[in-house]
Amino acid sequence: MNKLQNQKAWWLVVPVVILVAFNALIPLMTVVNYSVQETFGNNLFFWHGLGWFQEVLTSERFHASLLRQLAFTFTILLIEVPLGIAVALCMPRTGPWVSVCLVLMALPLLIPWNVVGAMWNIFALPDIGLLGNAVNSLGIDYNFTQQPVSAWVTTVVMDVWHWTSLVVLLTYAGLCSIPDAYYQAARIDGASSWAVFRFIQLPKLKRVLTIAILLRFMDSFMIYTEPFVLTGGGPGNTTTFLSIDLVKIALGQFDLGPAAAMSLIYFLVVLLVCWVFYTLMMRNEEN
Amino acid sequence: MARIELKGIRHCYPARRGEDPVWALEQLDQVWEDGGAYALLGPSGCGKTTLLNIISGLLTPTEGRVVFDDQDVTEVETTARQIAQVFQFPVVYDTMTVFDNLAFPLRNRGVPAAEIRPRVEEIAAMLDLTDTLGRRAAGLTADGKQKISLGRGLVRSDVNVIMFDEPLTVIDPHLKWQLRSKLKQLHQQVGTTMIYVTHDQTEALTFADRVVVMFEGKVVQVGTPVELFERPQHTFVGHFIGSPGMNVLPAREDGGRLVCLDHDLDALGSGATGSGTLEVGVRPEFVRFAPDGIPVRINKVDDLGRYQVADVEAAGQRLRMIVPEGETIPSEDERVRFDPAHTHCYRDGWRVQSAEAGA
Repeated sequence: MNKLQNQKAWWLVVPVVILVAFNALIPLMTVVNYSVQETFGNNLFFWHGLGWFQEVLTSERFHASLLRQLAFTFTILLIEVPLGIAVALCMPRTGPWVSVCLVLMALPLLIPWNVVGAMWNIFALPDIGLLGNAVNSLGIDYNFTQQPVSAWVTTVVMDVWHWTSLVVLLTYAGLCSIPDAYYQAARIDGASSWAVFRFIQLPKLKRVLTIAILLRFMDSFMIYTEPFVLTGGGPGNTTTFLSIDLVKIALGQFDLGPAAAMSLIYFLVVLLVCWVFYTLMMRNEEN
Repeated sequence: MARIELKGIRHCYPARRGEDPVWALEQLDQVWEDGGAYALLGPSGCGKTTLLNIISGLLTPTEGRVVFDDQDVTEVETTARQIAQVFQFPVVYDTMTVFDNLAFPLRNRGVPAAEIRPRVEEIAAMLDLTDTLGRRAAGLTADGKQKISLGRGLVRSDVNVIMFDEPLTVIDPHLKWQLRSKLKQLHQQVGTTMIYVTHDQTEALTFADRVVVMFEGKVVQVGTPVELFERPQHTFVGHFIGSPGMNVLPAREDGGRLVCLDHDLDALGSGATGSGTLEVGVRPEFVRFAPDGIPVRINKVDDLGRYQVADVEAAGQRLRMIVPEGETIPSEDERVRFDPAHTHCYRDGWRVQSAEAGA
């Protein structure tokens, strides 16, 4: 058999390779390159091995911001996911109010992140902000620019306000795709509304909730703009999350090596958590 | 266990803006005797599922009453009606085991755990599900899941009726036969009233003692499979049941006598008087070649193995006839005769009852 060999088609993938190399591979490798070198300026670099990684992993500063980051992410997940499911369950499934609800839900998602930060900054100011003023006049001492607890609460509430809609919309889509027959069968079987939620809705929402949790995890783990505009990481370092810290090191102090090592560790943490979570959620899907 | 009576049921779904409401069910009176095996047969969109949902209480009829024994249950909740329904697509609770699925209706009704186990095991044995009791229901095949849906109905000993809404749609053909005979067997075992909705005549005729044929929101005939075959009350029943369906030929009245295909068919006994469109219906099984009949031209003959189906033309009308094995098809001067005992006259689609005219 004389099969004609012609490998010229491979040239067709060249544009894609160039594009991916230009916008992903080369920048990533630059970071990898920085992470294993030391520089004293003047474009002079010296091999530093895994020294930066060791330094970052053992630095108390990194531990503190990683801990803050984890605490923040888990707090907002614990609030946004149940709240999102609850709101989605309350939304009408048919009728003229459907579109009204959907638009209302989508609104926070359409606002640019720095605008959200600025809005909440002004809204929560204790002297002139509507929220800050109202809370203080209730007799609660609240000042997010000076009190760590207030700053945390404000950041969390802002994120809940901004992103619960995403969970709501995904859950709502999931709920709408459950066939009527399931609800009818549940009525025939005499199931309570809790049983309907527990045995029909929740299992059917599993996939869509997995996506929602992953998206919210990744987004909140990389949160930068909103807390930066709202609190600037303060008071002190109390709301300095990983991204904010990273930018401080990379651009504020121009420590390229540690910043690069931290970026890679950061990236690997996100990747690892997502992989573990996804694997656990999908473990039972095959059989 | 109950006798179910539908009194003057009409149902209309809310119309879309700018459209006239359409009656999904027009005037329906029907009695389902306790312990019967019924099939509800009709084409898609004729109102079968609407009727089923009215009996189960998932829908409240626009007009009319639903009566179980002597109790009016029109306003009673589905849960309280003690009915079971198996849907077109298998409904199982994915996260539960097969055992928990079957036990679910009992647990919801607060049956003690000690009673649940033997009951579930008994039903599982009936449905050949014993081996899978410990497995997760999500992992089962479509027919396994459909058995679970059925089992959830059977597990309650107090169900008034089990309703099947085209339950075999998603089942593989070779399993359909098994499951269908299983259903028949179960009906004999448990004796619960069963209503089986289908648009497949084979399913209906093999499962049911009595078949209810629906067409455009109305019940057109209720009868045994034999009655539906031999005396279709409506041309629709003639078309819909039988393969090939009944020949329906235009007829007219000429001086008080029934004329069809330019031949005097008054011998059938129509007593064809009055207004309306007249038609003559005869099943292909009852059209025979005969030397003294109506002249026809043979267009096509299909050999289906046990019999042949001849496609013939008479006076510009197409009709089909079944020629049994061993009978030869004449090669010239073909003439056919209709068996008078099985030829019916229809006015505006409905069979003309004309006992007085005799044969």
